[in-house]
Amino acid sequence: MRLIEFWLNHGGEFLSAILRHLALVAASTGVAVALGVPLGVVSYRSPRLGSPLIGVANVAQTIPSLAMFGFLIPLPLVGGIGAKAALIVLILYALLPVMRTTVSGLKGIDPAVREAGLAMGMTDRQLLYQVELPLALSAIIAGVRVATVVGVGTATIAAAIGAGGLGEYIFRGVASVDGTVILAGAIPAALLALIADFALGRMERRLAPGRSKSSSSRVGLAIAIAAVALVLIVSGLLWSDRARGRIVVGSKNFTEQVILGELISQLIERRTQLKVSRKLNLGDTLVCDTAMRAGDLDVYVEYTGTALTAIFKQPVRMNVDEVKLIVEACYSITGRTMLAPLGFNNTYVILVRNEDARRRGLKTISDAVQRMPGLRAGFGAAFLDREDGYQGLVKLYDLRLAETPRAMDLSLIYRALADQQVDLIAGDATNGLIAKLDLFALEDDRRYFPPYHAAPVARTEVLDRHPELRAIFNRLAGVISDQEMRQMNYEAEVERRDPASVAQSFLARHPEILATSEVMDR
Amino acid sequence: MEDKSAAIEFDNVTYRHAGGTLVLDGFSLAIGRGETLALVGRSGTGKTTILKLINHLLLPQSGAVRIEGRATSEWDPIRLRRRIGYVLQEVGLFPHMTIGRNVAVVPRLEGWPEDRVSARVDELLNLVGLDPKTFRDRYPRELSGGQRQRVGVARALAVDPPILLMDEPFGALDPLTRAEMHREFHRIQSQVRKTIVCVTHDMGEAFSLGTKIGVLSNGKLAAFATPAEITRSNNPEVKIFLDALPKPAVQTAQ
Repeated sequence: MRLIEFWLNHGGEFLSAILRHLALVAASTGVAVALGVPLGVVSYRSPRLGSPLIGVANVAQTIPSLAMFGFLIPLPLVGGIGAKAALIVLILYALLPVMRTTVSGLKGIDPAVREAGLAMGMTDRQLLYQVELPLALSAIIAGVRVATVVGVGTATIAAAIGAGGLGEYIFRGVASVDGTVILAGAIPAALLALIADFALGRMERRLAPGRSKSSSSRVGLAIAIAAVALVLIVSGLLWSDRARGRIVVGSKNFTEQVILGELISQLIERRTQLKVSRKLNLGDTLVCDTAMRAGDLDVYVEYTGTALTAIFKQPVRMNVDEVKLIVEACYSITGRTMLAPLGFNNTYVILVRNEDARRRGLKTISDAVQRMPGLRAGFGAAFLDREDGYQGLVKLYDLRLAETPRAMDLSLIYRALADQQVDLIAGDATNGLIAKLDLFALEDDRRYFPPYHAAPVARTEVLDRHPELRAIFNRLAGVISDQEMRQMNYEAEVERRDPASVAQSFLARHPEILATSEVMDR
Repeated sequence: MEDKSAAIEFDNVTYRHAGGTLVLDGFSLAIGRGETLALVGRSGTGKTTILKLINHLLLPQSGAVRIEGRATSEWDPIRLRRRIGYVLQEVGLFPHMTIGRNVAVVPRLEGWPEDRVSARVDELLNLVGLDPKTFRDRYPRELSGGQRQRVGVARALAVDPPILLMDEPFGALDPLTRAEMHREFHRIQSQVRKTIVCVTHDMGEAFSLGTKIGVLSNGKLAAFATPAEITRSNNPEVKIFLDALPKPAVQTAQ
């Protein structure tokens, strides 16, 4: 069972993911109860105030969670990435069920009972605490139950903004198309939801009016729950407090990025006294960029071409140095610094079988066009459609194919080439399968594909505050060749090794990066 | 032996429901200490409204309701209500509390020490004929209707209030249980001597319980007299109720 093996191998990390998940749900549900019950009481006592309150909670409930996380990222104070923003979203979701059931629980009380309380000379407060709330308690617990189960589910999505928890495995698994890793997060999340549902269901029945022991034990229980929630909230706050002094390292949500994020993190940890907070697997380019602009992310690896077009909305350019200069300038005026490129260029490459390349002496795309008449090609659907993909390639290189190129899934295309189903494909320059399947990347001799050189991007403010970081990051300049990156991707994707250990092996292969050098550190 | 100043007095009271329906129209009435007034009237004639005016759950639009010589509007409602026991028709026991705790509610609100509360609970349960050992730790839903009604009476008497209000207290009981409760009522009243206002739509019950009987009609008192005087009344409003009675009951009352 790969799944059990995975859990055993990631024991500590797995346990802390569960704890973090639980803490997120417990803290958010705790706050939702602390807010929702009083709001429910207010809504019940004053329907004029109540219906708009319920309305707002209702609207909050209808916003898809991923969208809500997205809205929160650019907001000051409440927003950003990490546990704080996740807690806010989770609280908003938990609020409605708690408020609703509080109101309906209170409304469901026999009017004669309430009247008896009043006639006996109870004050409003006494009536509320001695009669109304105890009678509504099982309904309120039912709301807490719904809120908790929903919370366990929503908290998995919180991993998208770096809040951690079991969702991290799910996202990591989806990104690397690894079902085992998805299940490693999804199964415990589902179990947590079931356990919470069962436990709170029992509690709900136990607290049904006129069934349980004396009401003092019930109050005691409520206090205990409140105390636990409070402890969790406080520790949660301290937790993010501690995170403040740390360097926050991020990455996008695919394997190569996670490996590079790990690499940078480990480098900082091993060469400086600074603490690192990993926000790996964050999301796409824009999520990382927004988080960085908001100051929630200190450093991550970006690709020059992506920065040029996707972040700074500039037209595509071919010249490597030109692209680098423009992107450096754009980053620098937005308070960031692009550091020395790592070496590899993660652009499209045109691949043929190594055997063909050797036999026919192919080095460049032009060689292949001339010496491989009647070749069959396979491309990914996106590449086929894009003007700067297949169509431009045909024009620039005067490529003539024996048959219309086949549209293929990107994950299958490398194997299709190796298995001789096609003779030429467009692939990812750093894909781990290139070496494994003995494929050859042809040189783009007419400069058709724009450069996508990977380089760490850091907030300038952080580099100024910790000058040693600049030196550390520069140690990575040019050390990761296309070959090296393919190797690391291969280890993570095909051999399914942990990105952290892949990064560790890389550093072991390149002792010069970690070597103490007085000159460089000064 | 009867104190001269009235325990409860309605002085030209007018009360309208929020909807505008006139319920009481220049209603006046005085109840002496230790008396049991049985108020009879059809449904919707404002019997419950009268009880709620007495314990300040409602305030009159004009006129005054005086308790021990002081208008209800001048009382602190919480203090006033704790001097007035209230037995509801639906009993209104707190379902989440044991019988013992139900009876102990007002003593606890009054801040009695626990040992005194528990002694009082046992005393009251004995008074209403429920064995404390058997019933103290049970929940209301485990009791029969008659037993619940006894608990309701015990709860209302908990801090020995001078006044007791009863809103059709035995209406939901079967005739045998009801007769038994009437006997219990007399036994208890002979021990506690409260000023009691009990509303009912049943003239038989009124004869059985009241030292005075008030007949309500059109927002006013159509009659207010001792049971014996009521039977001799020629007032048509009173006659309607008398005619509804089985003959032996009338003779008993005479």
